[in-house]
This record gives sequence, structure tokens and C-alpha cells, in this order.
Amino acid sequence: MNLFSLSWNYIKSKPLNTVLNVLLMSLGIAIILVLLLLNSQLEENLGKNKRGIDLVVGAKGSPLQLILANVYHIDFPTGNIKLKEAKTLVRNRLIKSAIPLALGDNYRGFRIVGTNHDYVNLYQGEVEAGEMWKNNLDVTLGANVAKRLSLKVGDEFFGAHGMSVSDLEHDEASYHVIGILAASGSVLDNLILTNIESVWQVHDHEEEEGEEEHEHGEEPVLGSAYKTGFPEGDEDAEITSMLVQFRSAMGAVQLPRMINANTNMQAASPAFETQRLFSLLGVGVNMIRSFAYIIIIISGLSIFISLYNSLKDRKYDLAIMRSLGASRSKLFVHVIIEGVIITLLGGLFGFVLGHALVEILAGYYEKSEEVGITGLVFVNQELIVLLLSIGVGIVSALLPAFSAYRTDISKVLAQD
Amino acid sequence: MILIDNLKFGYSEQQILSISRMEIKESEHLLILGNSGSGKTTLLHILGGLLSPKAGKVLIGETDLYGLSGSQRDKYRGQNIGLVFQKAHLISALSVQDNLLLTQYLSGTAQDKGRVHEVLTELNLGDKMTKKVRQLSQGEQQRVTIARALLNRPRVILADEPTASLDDHNAEVVLNMLKAQAEKYQASLIIATHDQRVKDQFDLQLNLHAL
Repeated sequence: MNLFSLSWNYIKSKPLNTVLNVLLMSLGIAIILVLLLLNSQLEENLGKNKRGIDLVVGAKGSPLQLILANVYHIDFPTGNIKLKEAKTLVRNRLIKSAIPLALGDNYRGFRIVGTNHDYVNLYQGEVEAGEMWKNNLDVTLGANVAKRLSLKVGDEFFGAHGMSVSDLEHDEASYHVIGILAASGSVLDNLILTNIESVWQVHDHEEEEGEEEHEHGEEPVLGSAYKTGFPEGDEDAEITSMLVQFRSAMGAVQLPRMINANTNMQAASPAFETQRLFSLLGVGVNMIRSFAYIIIIISGLSIFISLYNSLKDRKYDLAIMRSLGASRSKLFVHVIIEGVIITLLGGLFGFVLGHALVEILAGYYEKSEEVGITGLVFVNQELIVLLLSIGVGIVSALLPAFSAYRTDISKVLAQD
Repeated sequence: MILIDNLKFGYSEQQILSISRMEIKESEHLLILGNSGSGKTTLLHILGGLLSPKAGKVLIGETDLYGLSGSQRDKYRGQNIGLVFQKAHLISALSVQDNLLLTQYLSGTAQDKGRVHEVLTELNLGDKMTKKVRQLSQGEQQRVTIARALLNRPRVILADEPTASLDDHNAEVVLNMLKAQAEKYQASLIIATHDQRVKDQFDLQLNLHAL
């Protein structure tokens, strides 16, 4: 027998009250945890994927859309830009490097991205099986693509036009899987990478239907810029966007204005746009979070009320405990422990509930896997949330504990 | 064993209790009689270290009860004074055994299940160890409080109307038990009561009159 098991026995003797208080507490904690987990994982993944990209240049439209489409690959592209214009821009001395991207096709929901090896290096991607693409129509798959579609090196598939699964397939030119990347936790995991010319070639087929069908199965053509730089294209050649790295901070000042004012293209900063996205989401997140804090406050209040009421019935118990040799401070601690046990139970239950909720949500929405959301990750702030639940227990038990501390033994016992 | 010296107690100006000198020797039993309001319970609480007197000393053995600090007095009481009240105030959230273990814990003595079993068996409660307090009858509950009071082998047993809420049979059982146990532990037994059934059984009696 000790203070803990004493408090525990009191808690057990009022199961309904306890369940209500624990549930309230765990609900509040769970909501806060869900927000915390989603927010931190989203922030981490968005941050990871925009690393090394100072500016995205693409067709005019919504800057946020440009970022979402070309950096995170979750929105549709704003349109295309002329390869020639892009090449001209890259000669600007403020630009250190630029990676071209050509989007437009998918294979069963996974995007086919025409680019060069710089793009893989940007995310420190590594080849796990096979090799990186070199020839046109050769592709290297992201880890998740290979896993989900059960593709392996040597397989062939036909891409489909557009960004969603149901679109028509290009059944003229098939892609050839030549390598698979190791999982990196970045956007690469969900992309199918190839040369920009491959994307062009597939689309040219569509336009010149039938005419060049005999070219099928011919000698593979080495991409003109598979490693780095821009491919050679004709007058009309287009790409979707390019990811730009500045040479110096001056670029951040001058380039966006110059591009937006003087060219048909648009420049958007990933840092700025994700910031904007978060501040847009932030309103909703803050409201839900306030709601969760209100629930926690109510649960604290409810614990306070039930402790206070139960102590009225227990004043004899407290006086008896004093008469048996318990000091005032022991009774104080006894009541505090009771409050803390309830909130800690609530906190732990909320902890499990929160993680389970995120994991269930992540399993329910396919997109969440692409953004990298899982309930099985723990962030440091969760410890703060658990501390918070202990704090709520202490605070709500403080007043009842103090009245226990002040129990006048003789008076209570004389009241028989 | 117990020495009361020039004891005074009262609320504000009103004096309730005044005892110039009284001594109760080891193994001696004292009956405090008086109508309700005469200060029986007050005196008992002062003797038990539950209520500070206005003036005077209470010595138990060599210890000046009110010379101790609050928490020292709590500890001393837990280890040396056994208290029995009119109602069997047991901790109803706990089992009989846990009630007694709690007593050992709160008084700072080692928790000893063997001792708990021993005391309960002495009071014919050996089979009630694991029962919840609520499952016991009134008489049984009062016997558990006696077990609780005896658990730490006290030097003094203070009982405040221990028989008042019991029927004749149970009153006799409880009284005999108190006497027998006090003798066994060589403790001084002090009973405050207005119960006529108790009167004839004690030689040493203190009659309190409302002042």
C-alpha cells in the first residue's frame, strides 16, 4: 500500500466518473496530437522536397499551383513554356543551375517526369536496382512506384496522357524500366523519371499518328541531355518548368521580378509559396487546436469538480488518514496523484488514439502516402503534450488537494 | 503512562475543559463519562494529539505530545496511539486488508501482511481479509477499526463512543475485545462514553460536567 495505490483504488471505486474524465482528456490530447503529427510531417516533407530549389519558372498562372505541380507533384501544371525561352533565361549570370521538367503523362496515377540526372541528385536519390536512364523511353522508377505497381527492371508499360488514372493510354510508344531508385522519403519515391525527349516522343506519336509507327523497336536513341542541362529541341519544343538555383542572394531580389515582368513565364519561390500555404491552412489548424485546448480545459474542470465533490464525501477518510499518522503534505500529494493519474491515463490514451487516427487517415487517403504521412512516427513535441496532461492534472487537483491539506481532524471526527 | 498537567481548552473566552492534573498508569483503563457537550470527545482528541489545548501539557511516557511539530505528532500518533470512533470510519474504496496495510504505511511502519492477518484473526475477522468494507456488517466494521487501532501495538488506545451504534450483543463483544487487547498489549485504554452498558465494567472513571 502506498499513496499511488491508494489514489488508484479511489479512482477505481468511481469508474463512471473516471471514464468520463479520461475520455475528455484523451479526446483533447488526441486532437492536438493529430494536428501536431500532420503539421510536423507535412512541414518536414514539404521542407525536404523544396530544399535546393530557389525558384520555379513555369507558365503563367497561380504561383502556388506552379509550386504544387512542379515541386511536390500534387497539383496540375499551369501549362508549358518554350524550351528556347527557358534556355535563354538560364544564361542569366544570376542563375547557378537549372533543372528542366516535362510533365504531362502518368502511368496508373504515378507521374512520368521528363528531366535529367540533376533532378535525382537534388534529392540525393540513389539507384537500388538497374541503372539511371540514358536512352529515350528508358525510365527509372521511384521506390514506391515500383513497389505499388510491382514493376521490376526490364518491364515495359504504356504511359497515359494527363495526370489521372482514367485517361487514354498512349499505346504507340512503350516505356522500358531500366532502373529503380532506393526509397528516399522525397517526391522521387512516387515519380517515374525519364528523358524530356521521351515525353516529347510519346506526344509526337500522338500528333503524327500512324506515320512513324514503323520506328517502333528501333535502335534506342541516347538522350541529348540525360545527365545535366537542357535537351536539344526544335523551334516549337516545350517544357513544363525548370527548377532554378541562384548564384547569390541577388538572384532572389532581381530574378523573379525580371521573369514576371519581361517574359511570358512566371517565377515562384517555393519557400514563399509553402509559407503562404501554411498560413492559409493555419487558420483552420488554429481553430481546431483552440477547440482541442477547450476540451482539455473542460476535462480539467470536470476532474476538478469530481475531485472536489468526492472529497466532500471523503473528509472522514481524510481525517482518519490523518489520525492514522498521515501528515498534511501526504494527503496533499495523495489528492494531486489522483488528479495526475486521471489526466495521465487520458494523455496516454489520447496518445494511442491520436497516432491510431493519423495512421487510419493515412491509410484511408492514398495521397497521404505520397506526402509521407504516417501515424507511426513520434515527434518531440508529443512529450510536451504529455507534460501538459500531467500539468492539467496537477492544476485541477490543486484546490481539492489544498482543502485536503487543511482538513481539521478533530472537527471532522467530532461531527459524528 | 499518560500524564495530564494543568490542561485547559476552550473556544475564545468560553472555557470548556480544565484538568489540573491526572495520571493514568500503564495497563490502567479509564472511562470518561459525561453528557454530550461535556467535552468527552474534546478531551479524547487532545489526548490523541488531534486537537491542541489552550494551555497545559499531555505527556505520554516521556513524550510531550504538544511539544512535537505537527508532522512529528502525526507520526507519533500513528505509531503509538490507537483510535476507535463511534462510527467505523474505514476507507470504503479499499479491502479490509488494504485498510490495515494503509494504516501501517501511513504511520511509517513496515507493511507486514502477517501482522495484519494475525490481528484480524485475533478479532475473528480472518476470513474477511479480502472483503470490501461495504460488504461487512456494522459490528464487523467496528471490529476492523479495533484491529486497525491495535495494529501498531499502541501504548494508548483511545475509543470515542465505540459501542454507541451497536446492539447489546455487539457492544459487549467490542468492549470485551477492547479490554482483552489492551491487556495483551499492555496499553492504556481510555473510553469516552455515555453508554450505560459500559459503566459498570471500569473502576477508574472520570466524570465530566459541562462547565
